[in-house]
Amino acid sequence: MITLSHFIVLGAVLFCIAVAGLFINRKNVIVLLMAIELMLLAVNMNFVAFSRFLGDVGGQVFVFFILTVAAAESAIGLAILVLLFRNRSTVNVAEIDSMKG
Amino acid sequence: MPTFNDILIMLPEFYLVAAACLLLLLDAWMKPAQRNILHWVSVLVLLVGIYLVVAGQPDAPVSAFGGMFVRDATAEILKVFMLLCTALIFIFSRPYMVDRKLFQGEFYTLMIFATIGAMLLVSAGNLVMVYLGLELLTLCSYGLVALNRDSPLSSEAAIKYFVLGALSSGMLLYGMSMVYGATGTLALAELHGAVVHAGMSNLMVFGLIFMIVGISFKLGVAPFHMWIPDVYQGAPTSVTIFVGSTSKLAAFGMAYRLLESGMGGMAGQWQMMLAVLAVASLAIGNLVAIVQTNLKRLLAYSTISHMGYLLLGLVNATPEGYAAAMFYAICYALMSTAAFGVILALARAGFECEEIDDFKGLNQRSPWMAFLMMLAMFSLAGVPPMFGFFAKLLVLQSAIHAGMMWLALVGVVFAIIGLYYYLRVVKVMYFDKPVEGQELRPQADGLLRATLSVNALVLLALGLYWGPLLGWCRAAFAG
Repeated sequence: MITLSHFIVLGAVLFCIAVAGLFINRKNVIVLLMAIELMLLAVNMNFVAFSRFLGDVGGQVFVFFILTVAAAESAIGLAILVLLFRNRSTVNVAEIDSMKG
Repeated sequence: MPTFNDILIMLPEFYLVAAACLLLLLDAWMKPAQRNILHWVSVLVLLVGIYLVVAGQPDAPVSAFGGMFVRDATAEILKVFMLLCTALIFIFSRPYMVDRKLFQGEFYTLMIFATIGAMLLVSAGNLVMVYLGLELLTLCSYGLVALNRDSPLSSEAAIKYFVLGALSSGMLLYGMSMVYGATGTLALAELHGAVVHAGMSNLMVFGLIFMIVGISFKLGVAPFHMWIPDVYQGAPTSVTIFVGSTSKLAAFGMAYRLLESGMGGMAGQWQMMLAVLAVASLAIGNLVAIVQTNLKRLLAYSTISHMGYLLLGLVNATPEGYAAAMFYAICYALMSTAAFGVILALARAGFECEEIDDFKGLNQRSPWMAFLMMLAMFSLAGVPPMFGFFAKLLVLQSAIHAGMMWLALVGVVFAIIGLYYYLRVVKVMYFDKPVEGQELRPQADGLLRATLSVNALVLLALGLYWGPLLGWCRAAFAG
């Protein structure tokens, strides 16, 4: 029997993988964008699970908004990434460090 | 079903959305030489927006669209100042944008859309609206930070802002999902009731922590401040000023909506968390600012410390504390428009005027600009009788009334440490010799000079006569 806690644990695991991807990754900005996407999906998983088990449709409506905003967000993220590559010829996280202090 | 009355309540927002779309069209049809018209129309649009907000002010809080949107005195005051700051930014930025060939329609439309996002955020009555308002504000801000397409610094700042901003939204959302799971509602008012009646569960506290992390990111409170210095330095100054004024007011509004309107019943839980965050940002902001050589970066660390002071007001968790915090947020927004306004006025094509050394001997080259910058610096430092002094006094007082004497003492100690780096800027302007062969004259734009002068003098005037504004802030939370 799959209970609510199974879904919440799955959401938490996905969320942790996403945060780890953001912090451990030192190679590529594109991986960061993927991690951000995964993080929002983890949240969606939580909302849908809660919505289903609470019998309240509000959470599923929220998920639609999150999905829409996530699409806009990745469009902007990729646009900034293209800009960054044009200006710096690199997408390596470790090399994006010209401002310090 | 939405009624006509709902639309009337949201009229300022609807009007701004329509106006921003029309500006976009206007820009598409206009020749580049006619951009000035676009500039003036944009300023006018914002001023009419202020009029609509003030004219339609309801006597008692009203909500529209089934509680999604709340229009109360708190939101009204924040909206007036957000629109005012954005209008000031347009006036201050015109010569700067022209010099850098960035004088384009997207600057105006993105700015107005971001302001609409901020207005929706401070009026949110539902977690969905908080998220959507916030994302409208930040997505536009990412684009604005990257506005200078050929600048490597600008695009680097934009990618850092984007990644950390998205991370913070993710944290906030995760917290929201936990709170939703614990209470089964997304409406802030019902959430408030659920917390008060049903008490709190571990799930609730868990969600609250994630939400506070998200709020701290948006406010730029240490230890979640990593993006602030890079964004302030890398973004064009005309965008930095936006991130430092309108966005900060919006972030305060978000903190108030989530913490008080939503989770007010858990104040005992979040007061202590905010106190710890306040101490961290007072320390990091003030200490790291001392070693900065870039003025924009210095002001970035100063922001971090000012957000720490703002939290001193919020930890009180009573109407008095919220009024002090809002007073502080308004004060900070006006101080940052004045300080960045001077940088914008002195910048030239190919000269950003953002190093502290660039201000050497400013008093000999342009005494008035040096005086205005001095007013801004004194106000930021909290020297009496400036605006900044009374704002600091009020937040310290509310921390003491919350029974946190130690927190107020930490605030005072760091205010004194902070004095050093603000006064260093004043010293450089008044006592150092100007660099040979450097022009350092303000832009010839008469309106810019006049508005900037008024902005900086208001910091002095409100320091001497702060009663009405404070009364307004207190009345907003008294109900």
